[in-house]
Amino acid sequence: MTSMTTHVQTELDDPVRKFRPRGERGPLASVVLHVSLLIASAVAVLPPMWLLVTSFKPKSEAFSTALVKDFTLGNYDHVLNDTHFLSWLGNSLLVVGLTTVIGVFISATTGYAVSRFKFPGMRPLMWLLLITQMFPVAVLIVPLYNLLAGLGLLNQPVGLVITYLTIAVPFCAWMMKGYFDSIPVEIDEAGRVDGLNPFGTFWRLIVPLAKPGLAVTGFYSFITGWAEVAYASAFMTGEENLTLAGGLQTFVNQYTSDWGSLTAAAVIVAVPAAVIFGFAQRHLVSGLTAGAMKS
Amino acid sequence: MAVDTGRPVVRAADAKRVRGRGHGDAKNGDPKNPGGRNQGRLRRSLATHWYAWCMVAPVVAVIGVIVGYPLVRGIYLSTTNATEANVERHIGVNHIPATYESVGLDNYTAILTDGVFWDRLGWTVVWTVSCVALSFALGLALATMLNRKLAGRSFYRMALILPWAVPAFVSVFTWRLLFNEKNGILNQLLAGGGIDAIPWLNDPTWAKLSVITVNVWLGVPFMLVAMLGGLQSIPGELYEAAEMDGAGPWQRFRHITLPGLRTVGSTVVLISGIWTFNMFPVIFLLTRGGPGDATEILVTYAYRLSFVVSPRDFSGSAAWGVLILLLLSFFAVIYRRALRKQGEVW
Repeated sequence: MTSMTTHVQTELDDPVRKFRPRGERGPLASVVLHVSLLIASAVAVLPPMWLLVTSFKPKSEAFSTALVKDFTLGNYDHVLNDTHFLSWLGNSLLVVGLTTVIGVFISATTGYAVSRFKFPGMRPLMWLLLITQMFPVAVLIVPLYNLLAGLGLLNQPVGLVITYLTIAVPFCAWMMKGYFDSIPVEIDEAGRVDGLNPFGTFWRLIVPLAKPGLAVTGFYSFITGWAEVAYASAFMTGEENLTLAGGLQTFVNQYTSDWGSLTAAAVIVAVPAAVIFGFAQRHLVSGLTAGAMKS
Repeated sequence: MAVDTGRPVVRAADAKRVRGRGHGDAKNGDPKNPGGRNQGRLRRSLATHWYAWCMVAPVVAVIGVIVGYPLVRGIYLSTTNATEANVERHIGVNHIPATYESVGLDNYTAILTDGVFWDRLGWTVVWTVSCVALSFALGLALATMLNRKLAGRSFYRMALILPWAVPAFVSVFTWRLLFNEKNGILNQLLAGGGIDAIPWLNDPTWAKLSVITVNVWLGVPFMLVAMLGGLQSIPGELYEAAEMDGAGPWQRFRHITLPGLRTVGSTVVLISGIWTFNMFPVIFLLTRGGPGDATEILVTYAYRLSFVVSPRDFSGSAAWGVLILLLLSFFAVIYRRALRKQGEVW
């Protein structure tokens, strides 16, 4: 009542002042908004764009500030034909693909069990998953190195797969738990009333429903492995055994700086990853923070 | 007949959250129906929970073998004086047995009394706090700007997420290209403005600023997307009501937006805190911890001990690893507390 009267009064006292409908803003506010967003977008986009631009310049011109100078595909040609790039790509695909498939496969049931049941040992298991997820590289790298050396698995893709499983498994189990939490438990109950045992419920009802979750989990553990540097640099030596993260380091180090090849290789690596990322990104955050975000 | 699923995750206090509720199968010894009290406890719980245990068995086995064994071995190594020179190795056909021996907690006392650890810890804390705070603030600001009717909104969103979509090591190489002291585009732009070249990666202070910049650049998109999700979950009616009551934009932000973002915000801050604390690639690929060891965080320093310096100091590195793990368990405790506040019960 009082607020309404004052409202009316202000309007009378100050006829110049405009009352904008909700959600609209003045021209000045719009300009400020767009300018700041444009600046932020420019900061976000320019480094990758510069990478793209540089990759089309001849090697000697890698640092020229000109946007286009002697456009050439020579770097791509060189990277694809004269270096080990393709075998690095193959190694990365093999290692990370295997890790993802195995990781998602063995952790799906765990995610389901901790999401649905309460059983003795569940609490320690959750702790275990939480802590192993944040394991720093530094704790495991030496013992794993010695272990793999003992088994003769250094420089072998299998060795790296085993290593990456230590990252992927706890992470996938945690993410899958979050996803299963979002599937209504009534579905399980219906399945059980219809005579399915828990394994049947899981396999025939929940897995088909959880396919998007499985895909996102798999995808995320794929890009995590794709970008892993520490283990790959330590365990893989010899030009053709490297994965992408290790291989790209050989283009630019204290002895050589072949920015042309580096940028071309980086573009080949980044473009497919970015495209797939574009499709999956909407689900990523909800998956990562699932369990915490649901209310 | 339905097979019992064990006790509900949350005791019936909150009916909506009850999951996997038992159907009272007395034969299997439902805990709510104490008919099976005479049976051995183990047998009863085996009958009730065997499939839950079957389901978690693969993960437990994998973690036990490939995380548990190396962990135990790492802790053991940290109490020895193992280096590259005295571990078991094969040179050609010759097999040289290990000659390192136990030194008790000497490694730990050496590390904790030496200044290097505290220096690295200090920088790691500065690095983690400033990266998380900056990327959180920027992410929140951008999310607030994007969360309204706006021409070109999806374009901005795509552009702002791009740093996340590009694999991190590629971005780091890109930044090295930009930061190049002699010819990098940043210094050439500065030269165009008549400013002297800045040794982005070769001066301790500038190198620290540079690694933080790159990590913030990498981290903002995650914050942005998470915060956008959080903002969209705040009901618009709250803002309408506040506006009716005469709240200005700042008051609306302060009293509706911020409290509404608490849940999401605390989670992403924790997650990205852990990530940043462990952020190996940015530092390793951008500066290799240099110049000197100015930008070396705990994780990269432990890596340097075991794989870069010569002779490789396996035991020292393992001891660093154990100390890092102890620090991280604090994060775990806090994280768990945050989850619990949000109703996650385990």
